[in-house]
Amino acid sequence: MKLRIKFAKSGCMKFIGHLDIMRYFQKAIRRAGIDIAYSEGFSPHQIMSFAAPLGVGLESEGEYLDIQVHSALSSRQMVEALNQVMTDGMKVCSVRRLPEGGKNAMSIVAAAEYRLHFFEGCSPEIQQAFREFMAQEELPVLKKTKKSEILLNIRPLIYDFQINDKEVFLKLATGSVHNLKPELVMETFFARTGEMWNSFACQICRMELYAWRADVKEPTDADLSKYGQVQADSFISLEELGDSIE
Amino acid sequence: MRKLALSDKILMSVDKPARYIGNEWNSVVKEKADVKIRFALCFPDVYEIGMSHLGIQILYNMYNQRPDIWCERVYSPWTDLDQVMRERHIPLFAVESQEPVKEFDFLGITIQYEMCYTNILQILDLSRIPLHVCDRSEEDPIVIGGGPCVYNPEPLADFFDLFYIGEGEVANLALMDLYLECKEQGMGRQEFLRRAAGLPGIYVPSLYQVSYHEDGTISAFTPLCKEAPEKVKKVIETDLDDAYYPDNPVVPFIKVTQDRLVLEIQRGCIRGCRFCQAGMVYRPVRERSLAWLEEKASKMLKNTGHEEISLSSLSSSDYSQLEELIRFLIEEIGERKINISLPSLRIDAFSLDVMQRVQDVKKSSLTFAPEAGTQRLRDVINKGLMEEDILTGAAAAFEGGWNKVKLYFMLGLPSETEKDMEGIAVLSNEVAKTYYDTVPKEKRNGRVQVTASSSFFIPKPFTPFQWASMLEAEEYLDRARTVNHAMKEQLNRKSLNYQWHSPETTIIEGVLARGDRRVGAVIEAAYRSGCIYDAWTESFHYEKWMEAFAAIGIDYHFYTSRTRSLEEIFPWDFIYTGVTKEFLKREWKRAQEGITTPNCRISCSGCGAKTFGGGVCYEAEN
Repeated sequence: MKLRIKFAKSGCMKFIGHLDIMRYFQKAIRRAGIDIAYSEGFSPHQIMSFAAPLGVGLESEGEYLDIQVHSALSSRQMVEALNQVMTDGMKVCSVRRLPEGGKNAMSIVAAAEYRLHFFEGCSPEIQQAFREFMAQEELPVLKKTKKSEILLNIRPLIYDFQINDKEVFLKLATGSVHNLKPELVMETFFARTGEMWNSFACQICRMELYAWRADVKEPTDADLSKYGQVQADSFISLEELGDSIE
Repeated sequence: MRKLALSDKILMSVDKPARYIGNEWNSVVKEKADVKIRFALCFPDVYEIGMSHLGIQILYNMYNQRPDIWCERVYSPWTDLDQVMRERHIPLFAVESQEPVKEFDFLGITIQYEMCYTNILQILDLSRIPLHVCDRSEEDPIVIGGGPCVYNPEPLADFFDLFYIGEGEVANLALMDLYLECKEQGMGRQEFLRRAAGLPGIYVPSLYQVSYHEDGTISAFTPLCKEAPEKVKKVIETDLDDAYYPDNPVVPFIKVTQDRLVLEIQRGCIRGCRFCQAGMVYRPVRERSLAWLEEKASKMLKNTGHEEISLSSLSSSDYSQLEELIRFLIEEIGERKINISLPSLRIDAFSLDVMQRVQDVKKSSLTFAPEAGTQRLRDVINKGLMEEDILTGAAAAFEGGWNKVKLYFMLGLPSETEKDMEGIAVLSNEVAKTYYDTVPKEKRNGRVQVTASSSFFIPKPFTPFQWASMLEAEEYLDRARTVNHAMKEQLNRKSLNYQWHSPETTIIEGVLARGDRRVGAVIEAAYRSGCIYDAWTESFHYEKWMEAFAAIGIDYHFYTSRTRSLEEIFPWDFIYTGVTKEFLKREWKRAQEGITTPNCRISCSGCGAKTFGGGVCYEAEN
């Protein structure tokens, strides 16, 4: 049976990198007594996979890992058992069963929503400038790969945005094919206003991870190179793909 | 949510910020208003090393059992953060509360190896505690030192208010009670230290005066008040099952050096190798009971979630119920997909069988520590390992599928000749030859890999070799080259690989190991010139140490190559480890005659450790 665990990461836990969070959960799952399945072979490891790595320094309210188990208690009991063994700043939000044949979180992640909380607030001028920035259909960014440099239009990969007097919300393409980081969006924006982006001026929090809704046709690469092909509501949260165990 | 001592900007700019944030599973946070004593427990090296240390885990949990004490941990900031803290005047903090060490009642530092001495000064300096005891005020924490290096604390005498000599579980809480009593009675720092000097195992260096002969050796070591005893006797647990051991060790977020649960099965060693300080100062051998170990292992695994458990002792094969213990671990714990690691096992049929069950043979290598290249020299050092044992063990291992062997040696041992040096190459070649003789061609998995490595012997206090002379750095290097040359002459040279340690580090470690109070000024000068993390090759600067000796006007040869007479008063002679100086002299003499001494289980050699009333000394009587 496959379970999907949703968790939140805040405070000083943002300094713990992705690989260490994996190690942390391996130990926490043992402490909680979850009946996890192990791989075969000489050094068996827990069958576990994470949806999408989160950068060091970022908080999150919507991280996911999928695990394979031999048996399960109710969702409520498992959430409780796991939260008994969490450190400060780590919280398990839900544990859900995936349907038979449900795909791994990692393979279906399509988008992520971020909240950028600006400590000094966002002035009306900045808000105005940001809306104008987003009104453009072409936001070319020079992307360096190992071999070459290419101009990538990041605007089609920004599926949605909001800005108010203290926060910016961004819904961005995420996953193995297209992966846009909120830092790059802000860096590009501030470069246009002629200012240096100070990454310590705000705290970034990943709010949720999404897959494409079943009734939405997945956009092709060509679709994603042009602005306006993806509707902001094409997504379903990873959590909603699982069912609560009573 | 706790406020961190370092800003996000700093934490994001340094390597591995997780070293500095605390919050690990099983770490302890208390309300500071609820406690009477705040204790900062420090391992003066980087977090990953410090978090691997069992002693800190024991003491941390032991102190925190007490509702009136809050014990927190402190580690050396790595060189990147060290620089930032100096530039921005950020005081050193404890990881739990993130509050400055300066605000604590105690700073307890474990001193595990000599090459961390400059890191101790770094800790004091970054904490803004005056380096010298005589400059400290009532506002400063009491600085305590413990651990194996305090069996000669003298080079650090100026920097520590007191040293705790012996096993930490025994008297540390009594020391805390004395502190509370003194505080309630309104007594100051001096009065507390004077009273502390009267407790078992406590040495307050400022309460002793050292005078010297014209030749620089010690003429007298005199207590300055009635509380300070002439001899400080180490304190030990007589029954380890009664000694405090944590159920809830702290679980680090990042991968540390010993990233596993540690189960200490016994303390001390019956072997009596004449170079080995641990084998002498931790006498007598005391075992934990099987029932105790089984219960602890299960509890700790549940409480930590660790996926690996390691047995810890100086010589696990000498643990009398090893087979039963391993059977328990494999049957009970192996079920839960827990890896078992078994260091310091003697290679024989039993251990090979066990290792085949718990390790991936193809990936692992076998380790032997012959320590010396010839039987003559192995007899001198009382290493009861015969060439035959090594070759038989190796042959069995090769048949079991192993093809990597590591051999550990020492160079510069007393009485060592060219033949002994070449013997290292000859023995390595014999091990390789055993592989080709044992494993038929069609079954071989490539060549056998024999890696021999040698460190240079450093005489340590309280060993029979404490009278031995050291060599010059160049001589050490020459000896390593002799071995290397001989390696190249061997028939199976293509299967052999030889490595040696830095002779410069050896010299400094030698000085610090047998140094006296005058060496403190050299440590300070080296620190002032920028030395920290001397145990790390990349940050060890021999020339700065040499400049420090010159600046202070000390000839280091006094501590290394000088011949010491049997009558000399050593800086550490005021400590009573139970093992008598007469026994050490006897052993030194037997070494020179090449006579071995049987281990404690074969017969008692009257070392003196029986005075503690427990352990192997009384096994035959029970």
